[in-house]
Amino acid sequence: MSGALRWIIYVVLLIGVIGAVIWGYQEQQEKNAVLIKAENNYQRAFHDLSYRVDLLNEKIDTVLAMNTPDRLSPQMTDIWKITSEAQADVAQLPLTLLPFNKTEEFLSNIGDFAYEVAIRGLDDDPLDDEEMEVLRELSEQSDEVRSDLRSVQHQVLNDGLRWMDVEVELATNEPRDNSIIDGMQTIEKNAESYDVFNETAGLTVTPDEQDEIQLEGEDHTEEEVSQKIREFFELDDNVELTITETGEGADLPMFNVSFDTEELHGYAEVTKQGGHVLSYLLSRDLEENEIGLHEGMNQAQELLDDLDFDDLDVVESIQYDKVGVYEFVHKEDDILYYPDGIQVKVALDTGEIIGLTARDYVLNQETRTDLDFEASLTPEEAKEEVNPNLEIYEERLTVIENDLGEEVLTYEIIGTIDSTTYRVFINADTGFEERVERLKQSEEVYS
Amino acid sequence: MAKLLLLMVLSVGMTTFVPEHQVEGFSEQVIQKGATGDDVIELQARLQYIGFYNGKIDGVFGWETYWAVINFQEEFDLELVDGLVGEKTKDMLLRATEFDKEWVHEQIRSGKDFTHYGGQEPYAPRDQKEGDKGEQPPEGQAEQPQEGQPDGEQQPQEGEQPQEGEGTPEEQPDQGAQQAPEDEEAVPEEAPQEEAPEEEGAPGESAVNVPGGFSQNDIELMAKAVYAEGRGEPYNGQVAIAAVILNRLESDEFPDSISGIIYEPLAFEAVDDGQINLEPDEQSREAVMDAINGWDPSGDAIYYFNPDTATSDWIWSRPQIKRIGKHIFMK
Repeated sequence: MSGALRWIIYVVLLIGVIGAVIWGYQEQQEKNAVLIKAENNYQRAFHDLSYRVDLLNEKIDTVLAMNTPDRLSPQMTDIWKITSEAQADVAQLPLTLLPFNKTEEFLSNIGDFAYEVAIRGLDDDPLDDEEMEVLRELSEQSDEVRSDLRSVQHQVLNDGLRWMDVEVELATNEPRDNSIIDGMQTIEKNAESYDVFNETAGLTVTPDEQDEIQLEGEDHTEEEVSQKIREFFELDDNVELTITETGEGADLPMFNVSFDTEELHGYAEVTKQGGHVLSYLLSRDLEENEIGLHEGMNQAQELLDDLDFDDLDVVESIQYDKVGVYEFVHKEDDILYYPDGIQVKVALDTGEIIGLTARDYVLNQETRTDLDFEASLTPEEAKEEVNPNLEIYEERLTVIENDLGEEVLTYEIIGTIDSTTYRVFINADTGFEERVERLKQSEEVYS
Repeated sequence: MAKLLLLMVLSVGMTTFVPEHQVEGFSEQVIQKGATGDDVIELQARLQYIGFYNGKIDGVFGWETYWAVINFQEEFDLELVDGLVGEKTKDMLLRATEFDKEWVHEQIRSGKDFTHYGGQEPYAPRDQKEGDKGEQPPEGQAEQPQEGQPDGEQQPQEGEQPQEGEGTPEEQPDQGAQQAPEDEEAVPEEAPQEEAPEEEGAPGESAVNVPGGFSQNDIELMAKAVYAEGRGEPYNGQVAIAAVILNRLESDEFPDSISGIIYEPLAFEAVDDGQINLEPDEQSREAVMDAINGWDPSGDAIYYFNPDTATSDWIWSRPQIKRIGKHIFMK
């Protein structure tokens, strides 16, 4: 009896062990399959990247020898396309923590440069000496990146290096002894010195980094700010305020204040200089809507008046379920200044203002120096510049920031083609079509 | 606050004093562009009834509805042509049009395309009215284009609509509205429809407002990232995470799509370890909306990290902007 039982146990155990082995083997196989797929994705992105940088270098070199605009324009477009593909490849590799951002910026700058050259009329406005010089430098630099990448690629292929190892090492910050990481770091280090666009005057492809902004007014202390916030939100003394100061990375020194009352969590930003309340958000549970979007707008308007934000006009109002969000912009001499925007969020249950951000408004108002925008075109002349199929409904003068980051005075013309509404900005001075937008703000609910 | 109370008292007063006048009418709010809800459905249905609005009756006051209101106000000689639907515009609409709330809402709920041009009678099953086809459109037109005709550009096209619509498949819901087929079709369609309103908006609307350039799905993806990365953080910390994603969108050094940024390898810890697949809560969706609408508590940051768990030395070398909750935000 006991013998038979023992045998049964043996058999059961044996089956169990065999089962476990088979299961373990299958798990292992599956895990390997997944790892191989992930690795293959990385490999593909990396080899694509090497190929595209090679191609990029070749194209830039060819441009140097080109003479006719007819050839140059398509070639530049090609370069633009290749840089954006190369950037997409970089984005698929685990390089965020390396970091690899200078190289990405380098690629992006080449792309912007190529795009700007490609779209302009090269017949009238051919490449000048300075730009040729830029191209020569880009050729050299991209050649350097190319050869570094090719050498990493060689190592990867020869030694069977895996990007999965790179990922693990970067994620855990282990001491790095990995040829891929070393190779990519070399490229990044070199890329840091590639600032041909910043050296060359007049060719600022990337907008200047904003320096620290100076506001008028005295520096406020933490106590003053705390006082101000208590008054602003009518807080009881027993509500505790947490105040922190911004660090060295902030372009505008500020105090961040947060507090919790029974109903809500509040957060506000107050500038150190001048003590302006730049932004705040109150989050709480919202009840059923009691007021409409329009009434909410009136409430917002009232608050802005109380806060001494004068000369504002509402340019957009949208209801998102239980809140209304409004965008106000500065208005002066019947001109709307889109860059000087204030967003206000109103709870549609009580009409309370639960959010405000005036950062753009305050910064642009304080830093804008010249205000003499003049329209040399009449509205009628501007309308002639617009696509004749557009049925025009409204037009007004606005200041916008164009693609080059400059503020320009434009006629904003709103109209429709069939049932689609468009907004066209025509430069009020030159008649240039600065921007065309399709206006759409609702989307069907998918179910 | 006192003002608001006063207003509420007034509005309550209004509804009790003039109940006959507004039996099926709008609520008291002034309806303006960007609004959503039942009033907008009524507005669109009424404007469609007299051929000013050709779009979908979806309960969102968008541009198409706006132009319809403007045209209506011009056509009916209202003093203020401002696109705001206030008392006068509403009165005029009530006088000029008919609206059957039940029927319209029914059609929207069942998810069908339908039109609501005057002259068709939604209650009567269509197949009985073969002979009416000749009569119907003139009747509809007699009421409407006479006032509407002078509009020039807009009107001729719209005047045709009732005729065009008469015979087309668009009309079919009319039949279904009252008859058995409704049930067969409604069953499979109703199920998904039911969960949509609770998530996406008040029942009745078949569309929602979305900020320019973003789809509901982009917002949902961002909400997942914010939830995975910022659960348990203060609300402003969550808005800041969403703002970082948007700041990366502007930056040359990062991919230029929401999905590209979120799924960039090693960019977000919670994406790499699969927490991104958790179901986000309502608060993270709100945080994303706030960030898209312009709030940026991160102070233009493009990186952030948790100093307790961060493994990279490089991340410490970036200039720090501020700390919110557990996260430090950086240039």
